[in-house]
Amino acid sequence: MKKKLVVIGAGMASGRMLEQLFEADPGAYDVTLFNGEPRGNYNRLMLSPVLSGEKTYDDIVTHDAAWYEANGVDCRFGEPVVRIDRENRIVHSNHSSAEYDALVIATGSAPFIIPVVGKELPGVVTYRDLEDTNAMIDAGVAGKDAVVIGGGLLGLEAAAGMAARGASVTVIHLMGHLMERQLDPAAGYLLQRDLEKRGITVHCKGATKAIMGHGKAEAVLLEDGTVYPADLVCMAVGIRPETRIAVDAHLEVERGITVDDALRTSDPHIFALGECVEHRQQLFGLVAPLYDQAKVLARTLLGEEAAFQPVKTATKLKVTGCDLFSAGDFAEGEGREDIVFRDPGRGIYKRLVLQDDRIIGVVMYGDTADGNWFYGLMKDGTDISEMRDTLIFGPAYQGGAAPDPMAAVAALPPEAEICGCNGVCKGTIVQAVQGGATTLDAVRATTKASGSCGTCTGLVQQVMAFTLGSDVAETPQGMCKCTDHTHEDVRRLIRTMDLKSIPAVMQELGWKTVGGCHSCRPALNFYLLTEWPLEYRDDRQSRFVNERNHANIQKDGTYSVVPRMWGGVTTPAELRAIADAADRYNVPMVKVTGGQRIDLLGVRKEDLPDMWADLNAAGLVSGHAYSKGLRTVKTCVGKEFCRFGTQDSTGLGIRLEKLLWGSWTPHKVKLGVSGCPRNCAEATCKDVGIVCVDSGYQISVSGAAGMEVKETEALVTVPTEDEAVEWTAAFIQLYRENARYLDRAWKWTAKVGLDWVKEHLSDAENRRALNERFELSQSVYRRDPWAEHAKPGARDEFSPLADFRLEAAE
Amino acid sequence: MTNWIDIAALDDIPPQGARLIRTRTGCVAVFRTHDDRVFALDDRCPHKGGPLSEGIVAGHTITCPLHNWVFDLNTGIAQGADDGSVATYPARVENGRVLVGSEIIARRHAA
Repeated sequence: MKKKLVVIGAGMASGRMLEQLFEADPGAYDVTLFNGEPRGNYNRLMLSPVLSGEKTYDDIVTHDAAWYEANGVDCRFGEPVVRIDRENRIVHSNHSSAEYDALVIATGSAPFIIPVVGKELPGVVTYRDLEDTNAMIDAGVAGKDAVVIGGGLLGLEAAAGMAARGASVTVIHLMGHLMERQLDPAAGYLLQRDLEKRGITVHCKGATKAIMGHGKAEAVLLEDGTVYPADLVCMAVGIRPETRIAVDAHLEVERGITVDDALRTSDPHIFALGECVEHRQQLFGLVAPLYDQAKVLARTLLGEEAAFQPVKTATKLKVTGCDLFSAGDFAEGEGREDIVFRDPGRGIYKRLVLQDDRIIGVVMYGDTADGNWFYGLMKDGTDISEMRDTLIFGPAYQGGAAPDPMAAVAALPPEAEICGCNGVCKGTIVQAVQGGATTLDAVRATTKASGSCGTCTGLVQQVMAFTLGSDVAETPQGMCKCTDHTHEDVRRLIRTMDLKSIPAVMQELGWKTVGGCHSCRPALNFYLLTEWPLEYRDDRQSRFVNERNHANIQKDGTYSVVPRMWGGVTTPAELRAIADAADRYNVPMVKVTGGQRIDLLGVRKEDLPDMWADLNAAGLVSGHAYSKGLRTVKTCVGKEFCRFGTQDSTGLGIRLEKLLWGSWTPHKVKLGVSGCPRNCAEATCKDVGIVCVDSGYQISVSGAAGMEVKETEALVTVPTEDEAVEWTAAFIQLYRENARYLDRAWKWTAKVGLDWVKEHLSDAENRRALNERFELSQSVYRRDPWAEHAKPGARDEFSPLADFRLEAAE
Repeated sequence: MTNWIDIAALDDIPPQGARLIRTRTGCVAVFRTHDDRVFALDDRCPHKGGPLSEGIVAGHTITCPLHNWVFDLNTGIAQGADDGSVATYPARVENGRVLVGSEIIARRHAA
């Protein structure tokens, strides 16, 4: 007599298990199949093409009515099981019951609903089965606002599907980048960029606070206060094993139903597989291990020895046009190494994580053709040391001759595209080099290769080196160890590629480190704020300590505070406020600086905001004595008081300081204005020096009085104060836009030549445009940072997080 | 066995920034990295005593603001040519809260 097998759940795991069972021994069991959904097994992986309209339900059915009939399966679809009677071995559904000799629980998983206000509103759906999918399709999302909560595999498939049906979709993701369990930040970034290109808004680090609406979902509110309109909200934050029926039957359940290697539960007659089980503390969400379980369970049911061994699995995202592949472990760690290939222009990124000469992780984006080959090497634990040099290029470049770093380049056919931006192929570059273009600049000039985004520069150089043989091509000096791009390249690319954040620069230009270093971050911050004054938000954490805390750190960790004294002029009231502040905060030293102001030295960090508030109250603002920006404008008394004075040098100094203060520059900027050629303000060793004469104003630039001492060079003489101001601002802006970060003005003019500067500034139209751009930037930056950081609520970072000094030591 | 003390919300520490914990024997800096992990280290560079909490956090490293010594936040060991290390303490994030090991209270110098 045949034994009775009852299966709860007609999903992909149990479907595969039945196939295996019938194949091995069609006569072993009479099978009864219960399923809560009113249908049999279909390919759930294909729900996203159904959602996007690329497929229909009929296309994705894996086992139709005929199949069940042919195998004699008693199908009880639309009948959720309500109770398992273990004593009498009977399963009860809401309509019927069935006896069993062996029972298989394959209830899968249920979507996790985040417990926020409004989660029960109509219009809030999950994305797990055909019902959910149809709910989204039936909602008629075209032209509506949809919000997907969760930027994992499922959430993104839902988002792409609804976007394809014409919805305006926003994805809210709690973590810093999309699909963080499968992708590293670099690949997550490329994915986000591709999704944004198709009009999907992505909001990372977004925590959902509430779903708002009257009688139906209307909007989603985030913790940070952002509100996104939403006619439809799809929750795709994760799944949890569906174990209720097993819990009710008092089977052993941890996070999932616990099973042994043979997939047996704590009851010897009951088995489980799929997303509802927990095997050796592990849960399963991808299809490959479920199919392995199906194979094992079929053999177990037939009385054969079989053991389930989980293996590393690979993930692919099923969104048309977003090609990604991820497998294994790609976290950074001790003893792990990376091989990375990037071609940001084409949106291609490949990263292999190695340990002990074996691949332990693979992340690929854009071109995943070699994914399975890498996956195979990883699964087999193949020693890759022999092919390491060309490994990243895939199987096409392995074997044959000894590995040669040039091999990959040499192997490229002449028509292989090297520069994606300008469509330059290898053959063109080889011809140019043979025709005499032996430097990178010459190749750029003749072929345009690497002339746009520049990310193929390394490859172009390899082609050149390969063509030239031993005559190695020049390599320009990179900004720092994080990149081979020069400062100038980075600035140019920020402009041409529309890069508006530090992460965007690092990703698009292929930074070699995570998060840069103390050398490149401040430079990038400066380049970005100069290029995009209105759009870019200053990154405080990418600034040196002095600029972050708006005070100068001293050797003992205290700070010095220097209020601004416009043109070196002060008042008794200001002096009293400074004296009071010095008293109140126990300032150990008060000193007059070389820039005509007063320095309060030895201030504790936590006192800074209070001290600033006190000084603000007396009308004093930050003197930026700490910044790569305008420091002081030193003046002499001028014709108002001095018997030799020819112009109002004090007044001009104050006017210039009020115009320029708060601006960020590549390095510090100091000005001097003297009222006559006796030059009491020592203007001729400043970055900009103005010496007043009877006929007008002599402007000279690029002096220095630091490690280098250098007299200024004459720029121009103008008859009016207004013109003096216009020329000065134009010079500062030209310096801001062109100098390398941390080059003082004199160093920059030495590189570009003063004639180049004069040429740019002598054009009146150009001067006006420079002034306009400077003023645009100043509309953002001409404000007192002390006032902003002294505000209640902005002060926290100046005080300790916790104080354990009074806690008893054990 | 580490006893954990809840000291603050993760968001109280700026991303790629640091905040301080005062103890009887000096300050401990709690760093938050780009990937929202936290690390607790003595706030004192072994070179010239610079406050590491005021350095630039990049990846899992911190650069001392005074003379640019770079330390691995995981181990406290100086990177590159510099030789030295900073004491580290257990710290982790759980449900958006920052937890540190209670030995920070009882720590001794050169612990």
